[in-house]
Amino acid sequence: MEDVIPPVRRIVVGEPPTVVPANGTTPARTALTVRRRSRPPGAERMRIESLGVAYAGKPAVRDVSLTVHAGEVLALIGPSGCGKTTLLRCLNRLAELTPTATRAGRLTLDGDDVDALEVTQLRRRVSMVFQQPNPFPMSVFDNVAYALREQAARRPRRRDLAEPVEDALRRAGLWDEIHDDLDRPALRLSGGQQQRLCIARALAAKPDVLLLDEPCSALDPRSTAVIEELIVQLASELAVVIVTHNLQQAHRIADRVAFMYLGELVELGPVEQVFGAPRAARTRDYVSGAFG
Amino acid sequence: MAVATRREAAVETTASWRPLDRLALVACWSAGMLLCAIAAAIVIFMGYKGLQFLRPHLLWERPLADSDQSRSGGFLDPLIGTVALTALGTLIALPLGVATAVWLTEFGRPAPLARAVESGVEVIAGTPDIVLAIFGLVLFQQSFFGFLSFTAEGNAVFGRSFLTAGCMMALVALPFVVGGTREALQSIPRHVREASYALGKTKAATIRRVLLPASRPGIATGTVLGMGRIVGDTAIVVILLGATLQLQRVDGPPLIGDLRGTGSTLTSYVYNNSPAGEGNAPEKAYAAAFVLLVVVIGLNLVAGRIGSGRSAWKT
Repeated sequence: MEDVIPPVRRIVVGEPPTVVPANGTTPARTALTVRRRSRPPGAERMRIESLGVAYAGKPAVRDVSLTVHAGEVLALIGPSGCGKTTLLRCLNRLAELTPTATRAGRLTLDGDDVDALEVTQLRRRVSMVFQQPNPFPMSVFDNVAYALREQAARRPRRRDLAEPVEDALRRAGLWDEIHDDLDRPALRLSGGQQQRLCIARALAAKPDVLLLDEPCSALDPRSTAVIEELIVQLASELAVVIVTHNLQQAHRIADRVAFMYLGELVELGPVEQVFGAPRAARTRDYVSGAFG
Repeated sequence: MAVATRREAAVETTASWRPLDRLALVACWSAGMLLCAIAAAIVIFMGYKGLQFLRPHLLWERPLADSDQSRSGGFLDPLIGTVALTALGTLIALPLGVATAVWLTEFGRPAPLARAVESGVEVIAGTPDIVLAIFGLVLFQQSFFGFLSFTAEGNAVFGRSFLTAGCMMALVALPFVVGGTREALQSIPRHVREASYALGKTKAATIRRVLLPASRPGIATGTVLGMGRIVGDTAIVVILLGATLQLQRVDGPPLIGDLRGTGSTLTSYVYNNSPAGEGNAPEKAYAAAFVLLVVVIGLNLVAGRIGSGRSAWKT
């Protein structure tokens, strides 16, 4: 059961797609060495109860309930437009920025209703990394220090920020590569480094939950492997929720997997179960590559 | 081999074109070449005349009213006037333009109001400067605006000064500042804004700390283009600055008194010394026009430089 990998579909332009059998070893998998399984589930951090989201009346997420625990990687998988990114964006109330979006249901962070929390406070505790690497057009140092610099209040001195910035860059695995020149413009870094910088920036506020919206989809396989390792490491300290299109990636790094389809949560369970013995027919079809 | 053939085919020749299409291509090419030639002619002619008549002392001698050209001085005052008026207009246009662009791009609600603001900016951009000048004169001659210029006995407000001309010049530059800032703000991907919100920052903090710094090259380019327009404007100078040969200060503290006074710029100096004007000293007009052209071309080069060579987000 442990070694069940979803099949890899290799598509070469001009040739019919070839399906490689699932028991072959893929290079991406061997590149990843850090893999921890069977972590004991940590404390419950977030709870989603009957979440429904509609855009201009058109439902995108229907009646989804799930929990997010400290020390785990929860992967949201499903075909495009199934509502997984919308669900993710509800967790830090970023979905509210879409003018037409309406939400039903209750979300809590450590037992507190997220709607009752000050939204800036919520987003410091539930931080997010996006699909496209998007460092701000400032130095590497200023990017990481961005979340630490309180708005309105007097700016803390650089000396006081040096330590938390170094800590965040170390946790994001970027410190050794760039510590000699933290003043370089962040947009000059490579794509993979930019994305790790975005993770460092999100970690600097010391969040409880880290949301990742397809963080590797714009990256090459090497950078992807580095970030996957990083995610697995980070999960020991905080709760990670990752949206991914990549089933192999979900299989490599997730502890639990939630499969969504047409806005509904079809199946939620440990990664081995969802990929190895899916209960729902739709999940079985999706993880075996029948659609998506 | 196959690749090479494909490449050759990619470079299409006009051999197979219809004659009319080929003629049209020649017309397009000629239009471009013609503009090139006109630009080159202006620069070469003005460069030749300018270097022929420009003497260094003209730059630091004050102009004097004298029919003898050897005693009518240089154009220090118009030069100072150009710099002062440009600075004044830019100082007013920059905050106004950036604020307008920020509201339009980042807020812009309700939508009809945003459209009204957009149209307003377009109307200002399309208004001929002579109309702005006349309107400004009527406006600033109201006693309410007496503090901006000279008030004669009997409370007649003169209405002409660096301050009043600067206000109208700001309107000349404003559309460029708004345009440059808007374009820069719109080119910032939405996920960059969201990344800032996702770190617990407010919209205000996001604009101040991320969006405006990221837009700086666009703002600068728009501003420099606007400055070029102010430097080159004549109508507002003639009507609202008084186009007095020398700087004429009025009572008041230093600087304030000077700005409430009248003066001229290089453009009005060129006009007055051209055969069409009163001075009729073409040599000095050529020299001043050369300096003017160098300033404007320089500003345009700066505008072109600012935006280039920046790293942006990967799309």
